[in-house]
Amino acid sequence: MLKFICIRILQTIPVLLIIATLTFFMVRLAPGDPISNEKTVPPEIRANLEAFYGFDDSLWVQYLRYMGNLLHGDLGPSYKYVGWSVNELIAQSFPVSLELGIYAFIIALLLGTAAGVVAALKKNSLADYVPMSFAMAGICLPTFVMGPMLVLVFAMWLGWFNPLGWTYWYDRVLPALTLGLYYSAYIARLSRGGMLEILSQDFIRTARAKGLPEKIVVLRHAIKGGLLPVISFMGPAFAGLISGSFVVETIFFIPGLGRFFIMAAFNRDYTMILGTVLFYATLIIILNLVVDVLLVLLNPRMSFD
Amino acid sequence: MAVAIVLCLWGCGRKETNVIRGDREQILFKGNGTEPAGIDPHVVTGVTEHNILTALFEGLVSENPIDLHPEPGVAKSWEISEDGRTYTFHLRENARWSNGDPVRAQDFVYSFRRILSPGLGAEYAYMLYPLRNGKAFNTGKIDDFSEVGVKTEGDLTLIIELENPTPYFLELLNHASWWPVHPPTIEKFGRIDQRGTPWTRPGNIVTNGAFTLKDWKINQHLVVEKNPLYWDAQEVELNEIHFLPIDSIDAEERAFRTGHIHLTETIPLHRIDYYRENRPELIRFDPYLGTYYYRINTNVSPLGDKRVRLALAMTINREEITRYVLKGGQNPAYHYTPPDTNGYTALSRFEYDVERARELLAEAGFPGGRGFPELELLYNTSEAHRSIAVAIQQMWNEALNIKVKLLNEEWKVYLASVTNGDFQISRAGWIGDYNDPNTFLDMWLTGGGNNMTGWSNSEYDRFIELAGRAIDARERFEYFQQAEAILMDEMPVIPIYFYVSNLLIHPSVKGWHPTILDHHPYKFVSLAAEEDTVGLNTDH
Repeated sequence: MLKFICIRILQTIPVLLIIATLTFFMVRLAPGDPISNEKTVPPEIRANLEAFYGFDDSLWVQYLRYMGNLLHGDLGPSYKYVGWSVNELIAQSFPVSLELGIYAFIIALLLGTAAGVVAALKKNSLADYVPMSFAMAGICLPTFVMGPMLVLVFAMWLGWFNPLGWTYWYDRVLPALTLGLYYSAYIARLSRGGMLEILSQDFIRTARAKGLPEKIVVLRHAIKGGLLPVISFMGPAFAGLISGSFVVETIFFIPGLGRFFIMAAFNRDYTMILGTVLFYATLIIILNLVVDVLLVLLNPRMSFD
Repeated sequence: MAVAIVLCLWGCGRKETNVIRGDREQILFKGNGTEPAGIDPHVVTGVTEHNILTALFEGLVSENPIDLHPEPGVAKSWEISEDGRTYTFHLRENARWSNGDPVRAQDFVYSFRRILSPGLGAEYAYMLYPLRNGKAFNTGKIDDFSEVGVKTEGDLTLIIELENPTPYFLELLNHASWWPVHPPTIEKFGRIDQRGTPWTRPGNIVTNGAFTLKDWKINQHLVVEKNPLYWDAQEVELNEIHFLPIDSIDAEERAFRTGHIHLTETIPLHRIDYYRENRPELIRFDPYLGTYYYRINTNVSPLGDKRVRLALAMTINREEITRYVLKGGQNPAYHYTPPDTNGYTALSRFEYDVERARELLAEAGFPGGRGFPELELLYNTSEAHRSIAVAIQQMWNEALNIKVKLLNEEWKVYLASVTNGDFQISRAGWIGDYNDPNTFLDMWLTGGGNNMTGWSNSEYDRFIELAGRAIDARERFEYFQQAEAILMDEMPVIPIYFYVSNLLIHPSVKGWHPTILDHHPYKFVSLAAEEDTVGLNTDH
């Protein structure tokens, strides 16, 4: 197992190098630059500014300089937020996205599996149709509709929560729900499908024929296999949740990394774009590795070879 | 079910809103549009940043809260020489930095030197070009700062010499680029011309304004608190101001409705009618020193023909656009400089005149629009810009039989296209840097960085230059009138409307006067709860 993990980590290095290189040159191909502004500055001032950021050097020199700094873990200064380094901005905002993502993940998992399992057991009854209709609606309703709807009901009409912000503990509730409900809908459908498949298998019929109580049949025998599709979905879902949602972070005004990721591209904040891309790339590679290891550990039919 | 239980547990009662708490404790909560790019007065350029900087720093003069005329700031008095080129400022003895150091004349010299240092790459360094040799130092033509027109006599006297008499010089001093920074703090974190050092962080920064920086979390809030060492601290009523960079205007409006903020930065277009009809006391449309216009690339045929440009200008029904598209109290523009810019209102104006426009187009060789090539109208992606462009597209088609293709580009792409002259007609806006017609008219000089129309007129250049040298205010405005008459006769830019600043404001906010630059000196602002603020909440 250790060998497997080591090899995978070594493979990461060329992948990240390629991503860094491609991103570096691709952002430079986009029209516009970080300095351009509504009011054009005199050419002498623009020259001063370009000299400060090193834009007057050739692209190759800039590339080598950037890669050199990258080796020391230095992602450079943000061009938009004067006085802040990209490292600092990521360090400030990622924990927020992570926290929100974890809450949303828990909500998605609990609600999703519960609804899916119940629906599968009471197939073609009201307990199936109602949660599954909600799940369908949940998948179809994007977060930018769900978010404002929750705000309307719980912040505007009932006044229980703030409509936005990230100051008090209860400010976490509505954004986590918005994000979590969306994923719980997927999980509900996956777990219903998985459970239905398992419940129709011979070993379940055998268990029932042996006269086992339904509770044991479900909890001990069916659920293990029935939730396997959910587990393989958990990896990408978790990665998606903690990497920050631009939409949810904007609706609820949350200081997470998702907003930086999108705004950096609009601002042509080259270092910030590169920094966030590399950070996400590393994060996703690590998460994939963790999921691969977990899948092997959970499924005896797979091995590390 | 579980969710419902959690929600119900929480929902035992309404919480105290920011507005209620703020009114009691004199804490102002303000939507600030977007996260500031920084709070270094010599580096940042935007309005968002300026709104925060006015709380933190104070220049030689300050602004009257009602009409913004210059009032004593760090300087308690000043004299102006007869030729209008030398200003002598007398600093007050009790002006202090927030760490207790006195504010000295030398601090201003240091600050001017800092923003003019080529290495800092300050974009607004050109605001200091009226200083004698200011431009020469900034562009590296001279290295010796002692040749620049600023010197001290003792700690409390600052003498400033200008290249030309600059009648709006005192107004200019209210721009952040002229404000002082604390030299020991700058030196502690880097060189004088080093950009982006951490000197602006909470705990590091030293300021001289009515407020100091208390807390700053990127994309969450920036909090300033009353500065007890400010020379006029007993006049300051607010204890804190929380600037919230809410960049979604719909989220901002929801925050206002639930009592989360006292003031918004703007109003979503689709909510204007609602507030107008139901809560007119909460909505404000204040005149704002800015013009929305279409820029024409005069290098492109047939737009090089001024008759064509005039025909296009005359067939835009501006009343219809302001009343039915924008709805926010904007004024139709029939000249370029906004009316009553420091007392100047342009006399030359054109009319909405479809008949005359058709004649002009025929004279230019396109009777009835026949043979006229399809035009491209470029705007940066935005709902409002699109709506205006669609309306004008239709107006030109109906009146002149000219086909227009709409092109929208994302902001930075749009900027690149416009700068490279890669457009035919483009949407543009200009907000005055200071309250004087010069900020609107000197941009159309031949080769000016913001001209970008390819238009050049030596007569126009001459009038602007004469105005720059004139000492007598009336004579100066006369030159501007002549220049603007040329501009409107040649029409390289088509004015469409004059901006207003729209905002939602809670009734408890006092001293928030409508001002032309949308400046609101916070030391005159206070909070007084008057009515049931929760009433806002139940109303939808």
